[in-house]
Amino acid sequence: MILRVSDRACVISRSVRLKSTLTSFFDEMGKGIIIKSASTGIFENLALEDWIHDHVDLQNRNILLLWRNSPAVVIGRHQNPWQECNLPLMRRLGIPLARRRSGGGTVFHDIGNINMTFFTSKKKYNRHRNLTVVTNALKELRPNLDVNSTDRFDILLNGHYKISGTAAKLGRTAAYHHCTLLCSVDRSLLSSVLKSNNSQVIKSNATPSVPSPVKNLLDLDPSLDTDTVMEAIASQYKKEFGFATPVITVDPTHESLMPGVHKMTQDVLTWEWVYGKTPKFSVCTSLVVDGVNITLDMDIKNGKVDRCDIGIPDGWLPLEIVNEFTSKLNGSRCCPRETAVLVAAFIRTNSLAADIAEKIHRLCEGVTSVM
Amino acid sequence: MAAVITVRGPFSFVRRLVSARLHKHCCSRVQAACLAYRPHSYSLTAGQQHRFFRTSYAAAGPIMQFKLSDIGEGIMEVTVKEWYVKVGDKVSQFDSICEVQSDKASVTITSRYDGIIRKLYYDIDSIAHVGKPLVDIETEAGQVEGPQEDVVETPAMSQEDHTHQEIKGHKTQATPAVRRLATENNIKLSEVVATGKDGRILKEDILNFIARQTGAILPPAFQEIRPPPPAPAVPSTPAAKPKTTAPSIPTPVVAKPVFTGKDHTEPVKGFQKAMVKTMSSALKIPHFGYCDEVDLTQLVRLRSELKRLSESRGMKLSYMPFFMKAASLGLLHFPVLNASLDENCTNITYKAAHNIGLAMDTTQGLLVPNVKNVQMLSIFEIAVELNRLQTLGASGQLGASDLTGGTFTLSNIGSIGGTYAKPVILPPEVAIGALGKMQVLPRFNSKGDLVKAHIMNVSWSADHRIIDGATMCRFSNMWRSYLENPASMVLDLK
Repeated sequence: MILRVSDRACVISRSVRLKSTLTSFFDEMGKGIIIKSASTGIFENLALEDWIHDHVDLQNRNILLLWRNSPAVVIGRHQNPWQECNLPLMRRLGIPLARRRSGGGTVFHDIGNINMTFFTSKKKYNRHRNLTVVTNALKELRPNLDVNSTDRFDILLNGHYKISGTAAKLGRTAAYHHCTLLCSVDRSLLSSVLKSNNSQVIKSNATPSVPSPVKNLLDLDPSLDTDTVMEAIASQYKKEFGFATPVITVDPTHESLMPGVHKMTQDVLTWEWVYGKTPKFSVCTSLVVDGVNITLDMDIKNGKVDRCDIGIPDGWLPLEIVNEFTSKLNGSRCCPRETAVLVAAFIRTNSLAADIAEKIHRLCEGVTSVM
Repeated sequence: MAAVITVRGPFSFVRRLVSARLHKHCCSRVQAACLAYRPHSYSLTAGQQHRFFRTSYAAAGPIMQFKLSDIGEGIMEVTVKEWYVKVGDKVSQFDSICEVQSDKASVTITSRYDGIIRKLYYDIDSIAHVGKPLVDIETEAGQVEGPQEDVVETPAMSQEDHTHQEIKGHKTQATPAVRRLATENNIKLSEVVATGKDGRILKEDILNFIARQTGAILPPAFQEIRPPPPAPAVPSTPAAKPKTTAPSIPTPVVAKPVFTGKDHTEPVKGFQKAMVKTMSSALKIPHFGYCDEVDLTQLVRLRSELKRLSESRGMKLSYMPFFMKAASLGLLHFPVLNASLDENCTNITYKAAHNIGLAMDTTQGLLVPNVKNVQMLSIFEIAVELNRLQTLGASGQLGASDLTGGTFTLSNIGSIGGTYAKPVILPPEVAIGALGKMQVLPRFNSKGDLVKAHIMNVSWSADHRIIDGATMCRFSNMWRSYLENPASMVLDLK
């Protein structure tokens, strides 16, 4: 089925080799498949989503992917992380930031949140149908549960609390719609991490998130934990799409089963994707540094400083030093670590008097506080 | 390597899956040859792919207006969020053109034609309308027009057999230009190794296929194992060679794989730029090196005794705090090593504080934070501070104040590997030490017996404008004696 031995050479068509993997396995399985990811790594799971979208023939097939992640913040394709979340807090707590390929707003994932991705052909893309699978599954578990989807494709509990948000990605021939479901998420961590300290000083056309009050399903009913809810959703999906094959678990790091998935994971990890894909924005603020007022005006393009103007009171620092400082920042990433390294190199290689070096340090701290 | 797939289906699935993988395994050698051709890898900026092997047509073709097709769900307007192409770019059919967003859905719009982009109708963040033109593409003269609906897998083409090859029920994907090239050369598309995205066949694939056919093709096993054909030993006497060789095996002709890799240039930015600046400045310093070996047997014993105590205080104790403290004790006797020379070499400043830097290797590159005032810290306190710096360094939170103010640096390159090194002094300092790896080696002790010794090499570099070899040597000897006999440190600890 794979080899074609001709009189000339043993040639394997690369497309066939790709298919002799998870996809050919799917071909045997019929028109509906439910997959569970064995990983809780956000980047591996995003890569798994991409791999299925790119490599599986979805014209006559429906796939549901169930996945959960250890704590992570996920922003939408065209969003601005500096505006959406508290980056310094995330760095301190070791919570990674990821950017997904679908649109929509910023969400916080942890192991108490269920992610569901509904893969269909582009023609059969229907978000309302997918959301009714979720609401019907929940109502099967608890018939009195007041859960409904809205026209903004959210799911509200008791008409007020958001328990699920949606995003979608449409490609050339296939599409996926994914949504979250809050079962037992750390709500205080969620609210502190999704609040940016710099949203006021940033001017941008990036898609803004719409904050909403949230609640966990577990708060309402302690038996609605993630495993129970996932089981219910899986059986409702089978009912809705009419098939009966069991759920299979897939390890998204399995390169031989899914050739190319490792590279996809690397692609989605890079700084250029996570931060560099931010639509251009500007930061305009005034800081108090060492007791004096400094104005900072930066344009950030592709996550890198495109233009930087710093206004200082007369005589606080020699003008050439300030100009050299801003020229060092031009073209560098909007990242506190990189700025610190550049400033350190600057101080090292220019013999500066101790008080001037001290002021440069404070200035650097001020500038990095917005990054 | 066990596959983590829980298959609860019938056993036949598993059997077929296993046999599929066995097949794959014995064909891996062919795949190794095929893997050399990978011009088209999964790329985020797919639209910027440039095709090199174009059959060029002299006449400019018609300009096709590519209209934004229906997105689905009755959506009539979308916002253009990102362009993957610009005016003048070459695109192929199915390349990504732009990313639009509508109501939480992000849509990738792909090209319907091969050609050159001539006009973009919208700016970033403007609203695009379904059914209105999105881009103008100048197509090649004589190109068959693609379908109206770009959702369909392959365009409706001529009904000839070899333009619709099916492999396992999956139509071969190839652009119209590629198909024409295949037809002209009488090539069956199903036999061509596809290297494009989604198993697409590219022009390079057809050309490679042709190249392979014109040479003598050997079974893949032969290609892999045989070393490259030996070059003629004496090129000046080619006539004398062939008559004596046994004519049993024909000289294999290894078809030259087409290398489509490209050089990649990018500006020096960020960490690299900082390193360029610092090291270029270091060039001005005349370095001299001095190396030695240290017998750390007693230190190893001391550390293992102290490990438990330190862990009970919640701190893992490495050797670095000992190295730093010993260096600081040495600097008290040789303050010129903790000094700084000004720009014109007219003044030496002897620094009072021993801020000893530690070269740290992070995912981004080289970082050198320093521990301030080592002369005032106990070994445990140094360990605590080192731990703090390492945690910050790993999570990208080191600030400029941690990275500056150093007066002396130690680099523990031996934690990765190596014995001797030639470290570069970090201005405005005047000395640096690189510590190699610790090895267990045989040495003779004072009684003349052969013993096991823990040996580490150290390589010092110093600024020869103000430091001479003798000073460095005496400092190194003092540092060494503190480490070889840790009890002596107790006498001099401040």
